Amino acid sequence: MTARHPLQFVPAEEFKARTRAATDDAHLRQSFRSAMDFLMAKRAAQFPDDSALQRQRETAEAIRRYSLARLPELLEQLERRLTANGVHVHWAENGDEANAIIIDIARRHSAKLMVKGKSMVSEETELNHAMEAAGIDALESDMGEYIVQLDGEKPSHIIMPAIHKTKQQIARLFAEKVPGVSYTESVDALIGIGRAVLREKFMQADIGLSGVNFAVAETGTLCLVENEGNGRMCTTVPRVHVAITGIEKVVEKLEHVPPLYGLLTRSATGQAITTYFNMISGPRKPDEQDGPEEVHLVLLDNNRSQAYADEQMRATLQCIRCGACMNHCPVYTRIGGHAYGTTYPGPIGEIISPHMMGLAATHALPTASSLCGACAEVCPVKIPIPDLLIRLRGEATHDAPAGRAPLLGQGAAKSRLMDAVWAGWAALYTRPALYRAFAWLATRFRALTPPVQSGWTASRTPLRPAPRSLREQLAERRRAHR
Amino acid sequence: MHRDIPDGPRPTDVYFFATCLVDLFCPEAGMDAITLLEREGIRVHFPESQTCCGQPAYTSGYAEQARAVARTQLDLFPQDWPVIVPSGSCAGMMRHHYPKLFAGDSVLQPRAEALAERVFELSEFLLRVLRVQWQDRGQPTTVALHTSCSARREMGTHEHARALLGQLSGVELVTQAHESECCGFGGTFSLKHPAISSAMAGDKADALKASGAETFLSADCGCMLNINHTLQKRKDAFQGKHLATFLLERTGRGEKR
Amino acid sequence: MSARDRILGRLRAAAPRTAPAAPDVHTLYEALHRPTSRTERVARFCAQMTGWRGEIVRVTHANWVDTLRGLCAAKGVNSLLYGPRGVHGEALAAAGLSVLRPYDRPVDTWKEELFERIDAGFTSTRGAIAETGTLIVWPDAAEPRLLSLVPPIHFALLDAGRIHDTLFDAICAEGWGSAGGTALPTNALLVSGPSKTADIQQTLAYGAHGPKELVILLLDETPAEAGTDPATPTTEARP
Repeated sequence: MTARHPLQFVPAEEFKARTRAATDDAHLRQSFRSAMDFLMAKRAAQFPDDSALQRQRETAEAIRRYSLARLPELLEQLERRLTANGVHVHWAENGDEANAIIIDIARRHSAKLMVKGKSMVSEETELNHAMEAAGIDALESDMGEYIVQLDGEKPSHIIMPAIHKTKQQIARLFAEKVPGVSYTESVDALIGIGRAVLREKFMQADIGLSGVNFAVAETGTLCLVENEGNGRMCTTVPRVHVAITGIEKVVEKLEHVPPLYGLLTRSATGQAITTYFNMISGPRKPDEQDGPEEVHLVLLDNNRSQAYADEQMRATLQCIRCGACMNHCPVYTRIGGHAYGTTYPGPIGEIISPHMMGLAATHALPTASSLCGACAEVCPVKIPIPDLLIRLRGEATHDAPAGRAPLLGQGAAKSRLMDAVWAGWAALYTRPALYRAFAWLATRFRALTPPVQSGWTASRTPLRPAPRSLREQLAERRRAHR
Repeated sequence: MHRDIPDGPRPTDVYFFATCLVDLFCPEAGMDAITLLEREGIRVHFPESQTCCGQPAYTSGYAEQARAVARTQLDLFPQDWPVIVPSGSCAGMMRHHYPKLFAGDSVLQPRAEALAERVFELSEFLLRVLRVQWQDRGQPTTVALHTSCSARREMGTHEHARALLGQLSGVELVTQAHESECCGFGGTFSLKHPAISSAMAGDKADALKASGAETFLSADCGCMLNINHTLQKRKDAFQGKHLATFLLERTGRGEKR
Repeated sequence: MSARDRILGRLRAAAPRTAPAAPDVHTLYEALHRPTSRTERVARFCAQMTGWRGEIVRVTHANWVDTLRGLCAAKGVNSLLYGPRGVHGEALAAAGLSVLRPYDRPVDTWKEELFERIDAGFTSTRGAIAETGTLIVWPDAAEPRLLSLVPPIHFALLDAGRIHDTLFDAICAEGWGSAGGTALPTNALLVSGPSKTADIQQTLAYGAHGPKELVILLLDETPAEAGTDPATPTTEARP
């Protein structure tokens, strides 16, 4: 294993410390609040007709469920078609294997510079660190990714990587880090600076890397969704294009793409469509003047197959990475993307990171939800996120049931104390007479209620039982009326 | 979310499932809910052996303990009467999650499903089954409504409560900013992640105050306690009350029809 | 065993025995989109594309080259890149536009010039999509991929008769998915406006990496519209 980025591990106490720091940061709170309000309003404007939206969600869910049900055969079909089209297909069990494959391709071409289009999967594999260790520059070219890379950070949102930064911060960053640039808060000027720097790099780069939004099995086509054109640059200008994707992104037919694409962009940023939809089916042909001479696809598992093996958790893989769940999540809005400490933040991160990184590292994440259900309500492919959070809470605190393989990090949050608490709770509430006695005592001795009640009293007055329980009051009233 | 309400004779008897929070922490809300039902001529039966719907363990991943507690409640409602719950989230637990909790059990799953069909959140029952039509007797006032997330998404309570409040001519309903957003209670979430939960509760309290309402209403005691105790800690006199209490105050407390 | 075999083995062992029925995308589109007339499609396309900040210029077969010439002059274009073997290559060459530069050699031999000294690119289009205001651009040997990406201005000639209602309609009507994908070019593109980004504080900025301007020459000669066309073209007159 190569060294993990320090953020790729999420001990519960560190996670809680980060959430405290984030919620105490008024500036960060305000930036995320306004950014999420903006994105929620933009999405809502795209779906004026709820019944039409629900029909589209049902179809999109059906497409994803169908594709996943046939995943092994569709992956083989995709591989066959891509190979016939002249694309090299590679398979990787984990991030290190994926990185090794890409480094090997780079070395064969004596590559010095790789330009990267936006790819969350390459964040997942920590590709930039691996490339750096191999002596190859890996430069992010999506404006948001470029900004966070320039500042030595990681994306705080899967669609808008630099959403946590103000234009003043970016202006300072550019003035400091980009040679020959003076401070400007003009967004057009800042984008112009990024454009000038990056166009130079597109010209020089030996390899372009991209993610994949949809991989179409019947045609052997890799579909990329973007607004900026850097994805097209990365997949067209350098002599080699390497695409990397999770194994779940495959669909059978091209006609399955429009409903997913239509929901993806409208759910993500409230756009009816993105500027570019780039369908790549092969390398440059002998008579063509441009396009990469070599195209590679790396298919990454990284324990997605663990989620796949369980009927309920398989729904996790329906995700098309629109980010609507985080845009609508009251927890994400309060703490921002970095606090999660994982590649994928927010609700989708809470249900997918435990598979990729194991429950030992991530068991705090599924608990960081009030289960309000806003995520599931907006999810374009209808992933039942709250149910999956509850499921993972159970897996983290219990051994695997007999006859089922344990999940990675199964039972990592097991606690004798909590087991005893819940056993006691169940003992109380399954014995009505005992509960009545408890209620009688709790109301009679309410003055003895502890003034400090775990996390509750940090910002609230203590909870105190009423002087008389409802059942006592009701019995009294009924006696009086008799 | 909106189920079909079967046509049929108006029920004469209902069960009342108070929930553990109402029984111990908000009994007046439960009493007022019962009064509202009795005022409509309904006999309200309170099964003495009721305890808790099992939700806290269920959402914490302790399914076995949740099942044990839920199992105890399954026996409480032998007659085919509606079961009225003055809490959207507990009603949602019984209506949507009981069948899942007992999935695969050939005896208990059908019983859980049959019970689920009969479970009503209070405002849903008043509006859609009893079809109450009320006269407002109070002074003009403004209120804000905070609907719990499960009440909203599983039971449609925000719409039912709005429709009931809409019958009250002197009541102006104002909408707070981020009206549909969670207040940060989330059961054990408020204990496990106090920083996030407090931030959410604080923002909710701010938004409700900023709405200009004289009071705020909720059909869930969990949210109400969360927001009220946050406000109390700030020594703020602004407090919310249970929807049932407010409805009763406006339409004539103690009058029996 | 290879990673491939291990991954596929795990998936096969876990895949459900029976797959759900194939999703019915046709029914969804039938329910959500009523078919529209050509005029409606053209109007919808123009409205949507304008919303993406694409510039629409209505032209006829007779005047489009002159219109392009005028646009180049107005926008200060000194070098207009085009595919000489493209469907409109001959017409462009015959018009003797002084700014024309042919894209006729591999990009690797003149990358710097392409990036730094070309003001605009011209492409044909395969068609368009009305619902979203989207061009369908199919680069090939005659019209290379970078024509529509690297130059700061992209001129695209679109035949108004080739506008589909939706992307789904285009895929079905043109059989993109058929014949194992051999119907598709190595790189097919949908383009909805000039390049843009909102990555800095959600503020929209154009010309992130690709073209800063997208100009659509909309070839529309239906009788109704021809009469209202203010330009009364003569022949392919030269200046």
